[in-house]
Amino acid sequence: MSVAAAPRLRGKDLVGIDPLSPGEIQLILDTSVQMREIAERPIKKVPALRGKTVVNLFFEASTRTRFSFEVAEKRLSADSLNFSATTSSVSKGETLIDTAMNLEAMQPDFIVIRHAYAGAPHQLARILRSSVINAGDGAHEHPTQALLDALTIRLKRGTLEGLTVAIVGDLQHSRVVRSNVLLLSRMGAKVRVAGPPSLIPIGMDQMGCEVHTRIEDAIAGADVVMMLRIQLERQGRMNFPTVREYYDFFALTPERLKLARKDCLVMHPGPMNRGVEIDSRVADGPQSVILEQVTNGVAVRMAVLYLLAGGHGEPTAD
Amino acid sequence: MRRVQVLDARGVARALERMAAELVESVGDEKLLYLVGVQTRGVPLARRLAELVADATGHEPPVGALDISLYRDDVGPWRAAHQQPVLRDTELPAAIDNKVICLVDDVLYTGRTVRAALDTLMDYGRPRAIRLAVLVDRGHRELPVAADFVGRTVPTSREEDVQVRLKESDEEEGVWIAREVEG
Repeated sequence: MSVAAAPRLRGKDLVGIDPLSPGEIQLILDTSVQMREIAERPIKKVPALRGKTVVNLFFEASTRTRFSFEVAEKRLSADSLNFSATTSSVSKGETLIDTAMNLEAMQPDFIVIRHAYAGAPHQLARILRSSVINAGDGAHEHPTQALLDALTIRLKRGTLEGLTVAIVGDLQHSRVVRSNVLLLSRMGAKVRVAGPPSLIPIGMDQMGCEVHTRIEDAIAGADVVMMLRIQLERQGRMNFPTVREYYDFFALTPERLKLARKDCLVMHPGPMNRGVEIDSRVADGPQSVILEQVTNGVAVRMAVLYLLAGGHGEPTAD
Repeated sequence: MRRVQVLDARGVARALERMAAELVESVGDEKLLYLVGVQTRGVPLARRLAELVADATGHEPPVGALDISLYRDDVGPWRAAHQQPVLRDTELPAAIDNKVICLVDDVLYTGRTVRAALDTLMDYGRPRAIRLAVLVDRGHRELPVAADFVGRTVPTSREEDVQVRLKESDEEEGVWIAREVEG
């Protein structure tokens, strides 16, 4: 599949991968490649978003994503405001919409939101003038994570098209897997997912990926293996007997990695549970690109902010 | 669309030869020289000037490429419904500190690109001096900017479009003035 890059994003928001065309995905990735260079400069800052205000509205814990957005905002000269649910009026019972409307009354240009409820960013996008960026909504989507994963793969392999990508772990609670399956299949990669049957959501097979219940079947001959975190805090009831048993059946170990292609990339969105879903020898091994994913995350978020700042009316003649 | 040619391929070559000679003379020590082309057509022009400098002096100066999109003044709040410029490579193969940088672009018009290029360069280091070489100066400056080396000064009206075409990126080579014709 060859895709002509769209010269612009059509929407005012980035609520998910689902609304993006292949051309828009390619535009974000191409722009991210250029954004990476800024981190190598003596002065790691450009004036592109000078005078823009970004509210980072995090209703759920996050280290990587929140820091990554904040670094991206600062590198583009935007002003960042950080909101955390524990120290805000949310603890006094204010609703999401009231919180967002009040913040918007202070005229921000962007609202980056992470929320435990699927669809929260979509609801804000409909009622707010600001551009809304989804930084993770429940078990639904995490678009910038999928974009940074795609960028990492593209930089290592040159393309996404025709690659086989295995995603293994807690599929039930993972927003990362949904955004990744949508993005990778849209860009011509073949996606296999695997996890314990108790952690495979109904309808997974209709998302355009192969579904397996043995990790070995998913990673055999794969170009990329992406491990998902076992979300111990989200397990309402135990979906597997013990962490040790999970490791025995589903962890990525050096022995299992041998089933994949010799140059297979090992990825993890973090935070890792070492010795649960991934063995330290693999996480720290030569095939691991886990820290490069973090570096690329900043570039992808810079690209999204930059492209959305371009406005979303009809294009004017130059 | 009516097009009038102001430089053909030979004219472009001659203009560059003269500019390279003037550049070598003005810099004095060619080892200090560093050419930086502004994306996109400034880059091949900078490469050609570097070759001409090498022919004249035996020393080939480094050539860099600069994308100024993130420093532009005509995006964001000033043109809210416009798409963002597509980003191109910025590649400076060596440090610019204490070098005499010659910025190279195809057309000098309002001077706003040059302002953005100066700001971009300053974030990479502290050059000894920055000079400006352009193939065409078409007038209508909006900022106090002047070129040190000019291939051709072409009086234009704002309604006209100056088209620089180079064999590296286009199917033809030369400089044209184009104007929409009514009816």
